[in-house]
Amino acid sequence: MEHDGDALVIAGRGFSSRLFLGTGKFPSNESLAGSIASTRTELVTVALRRVDPTAETDILDAIPERVLVMTNTSGAVDADEAVRLARLARAAGLPTWIKVEVTPDPRYLLPDPIETLKASERLVADGFTVLPYCPADPVLCKHLEEVGCATVMPLGSWIGSNQGLRTRGALEIIVEQARVPVVVDAGLGAPSHASEALELGADAVLVNTAIGTALDPPAMGRAFRLAVEAGRAGYRAGLPAAGPVAAASSPLTGFLS
Amino acid sequence: MAPVSAIELQSRPVGLPPGTAAAALASTDLASLRRVVDGATAADVDRALSRSARPGRGGARLEDFATLLSPAAAARLEEMAGAAHDLTIRRFGRTVHLFAPLYLSNECVSVCTYCGFSAGNEISRRTLGVNEVVEEATALTDRGFRHLLLVAGEHARVVSKDYLVSCVEALAPLVPSLSVEVQVWDTDTYRRLVEAGCDGLVVYQETYDAGTYAATHLKGKKRNYDWRLAAPDRGAEAGMRRLGIGALLGLHPDWRADAIALAAHARALIHRWWRVEVSLALPRLRPAAGGYEPEDPVTDRDFVQLLCALRLSLPDVGISLSTREQATFRDSVVPLGVTTMSAGSHTEPGGYAAPSDAEPQFQVSDDRSPAAVAAALRGAGYDPVWKDWQRA
Repeated sequence: MEHDGDALVIAGRGFSSRLFLGTGKFPSNESLAGSIASTRTELVTVALRRVDPTAETDILDAIPERVLVMTNTSGAVDADEAVRLARLARAAGLPTWIKVEVTPDPRYLLPDPIETLKASERLVADGFTVLPYCPADPVLCKHLEEVGCATVMPLGSWIGSNQGLRTRGALEIIVEQARVPVVVDAGLGAPSHASEALELGADAVLVNTAIGTALDPPAMGRAFRLAVEAGRAGYRAGLPAAGPVAAASSPLTGFLS
Repeated sequence: MAPVSAIELQSRPVGLPPGTAAAALASTDLASLRRVVDGATAADVDRALSRSARPGRGGARLEDFATLLSPAAAARLEEMAGAAHDLTIRRFGRTVHLFAPLYLSNECVSVCTYCGFSAGNEISRRTLGVNEVVEEATALTDRGFRHLLLVAGEHARVVSKDYLVSCVEALAPLVPSLSVEVQVWDTDTYRRLVEAGCDGLVVYQETYDAGTYAATHLKGKKRNYDWRLAAPDRGAEAGMRRLGIGALLGLHPDWRADAIALAAHARALIHRWWRVEVSLALPRLRPAAGGYEPEDPVTDRDFVQLLCALRLSLPDVGISLSTREQATFRDSVVPLGVTTMSAGSHTEPGGYAAPSDAEPQFQVSDDRSPAAVAAALRGAGYDPVWKDWQRA
């Protein structure tokens, strides 16, 4: 969908959709394809560990050509592994956009800030367009920006937790300070969470679990698309400040002007 | 339940190294936890259900797990199943990973009362050459598999360290994910296997009850309970990314006691080795060569309660279901917490690339082809995932 000159630009590439989609957890390739269509996303992330060009059916089969495939380094436990996985993806002919994902803890899948920074720096130097999944840490995000990352992608809450913007206070600082687009990645469990991220000034969101595990993934994809558009529109329209007391719609001292 | 170190050692160091998950398990008061099962009330079940998936310090609340195994919880099975289903979908999505066991050898010098490979059994025995192992693996990758579990009996000379390393080295370029389920080894051997391309180690303790362990493992190095119990620790230390543990349900007359120990072991491994992915298997004993018939079978209803209780208490662990179970039962329990399944399995060495006359380890109950299992999963709204690992 066009946004009246409000296209998101990452590393020189324009995106008319501010909703990015992860491809795990879907019940079938058909369901994934339907969700890509209903979200109108233009960027999906795919774990290299799931890609299998030799298989009869591969996850890449569900992705139309208009959509940019960004490989993620899911499974990497340190910078060395993330760098090797990114290079394997490039050698396999996949695009050089990489979501750096370094999660040494297999349970909460929290990104390792130190190894994420190291991997990002090396991959930028190696010519990749790097979008790192990272903790919602404003200082880390500045470091990632300085080593040349195309965006920062701080988590809203733990991946797959559907808990929404539990890191809201930190996200506000990250948005305030960022000189690259901010993509809120992980933890968005409902369309309203996506709206909230866009309303607070995030440039885009990346959603997977909430859509992939919905009873009707394509329908949930559409709901997220509408929520992202609403959140962005609200942000651009200038959200009024929230206050502790009621304020009259008609100013009481308007007669003085 | 007796303490877990009363076995006479044969050839390996005595005791459990401090700081290991095995040592933590040995110091856990499993007998008190077992008593929780019998004393649990409806209010206890309410509490356990309301805070499941919210671990406390040190991980899962084992008292809650024991409560969920109780008769009081059995009355709430449908509610447990609903919660287990929701948790599984959120954590793992509508996906089930498929793998196949590749039996390398049925040679064995251990005598175990329940196993078809037991040294005393007059059976046709065979060990595959490395080239035959590659042929078997190729037959399996042709059927779609990208994760293989290499299995062998206990024979340190025939199924030696060097042989296992050679098998892994030969398969690593062909198969994205390789695990081993063989006799337990020292850390150095596990390290060699990791360097060769192995990423997972599966070790079932069989039973956590020391008395039953001694009574069912009559001869061979496997009699050494402690050495086996600390094998997952050694594997993790060596760099294995995935650890699979399990107990043979039905071996010990009190399956709930073994289930509690299994959950406690998983919790201890997760706590000690925070980088490692822990998964569980719940094999119910099957009839085997030598005339073995399980004395204390676990009913379907018991099994479902255990599966749900494990999912609710350990929401992040993978749970594997083998072809020991019947097809209809396997299909029915997928939504309740199962994340990994074998399919089209042969439990004898050879048999995938060409028919084999070697004796199987146990009888397979679900003899559907891998494609048929995948089709059944798709029909139930699940994506059968063949590949989910990329060696970096």
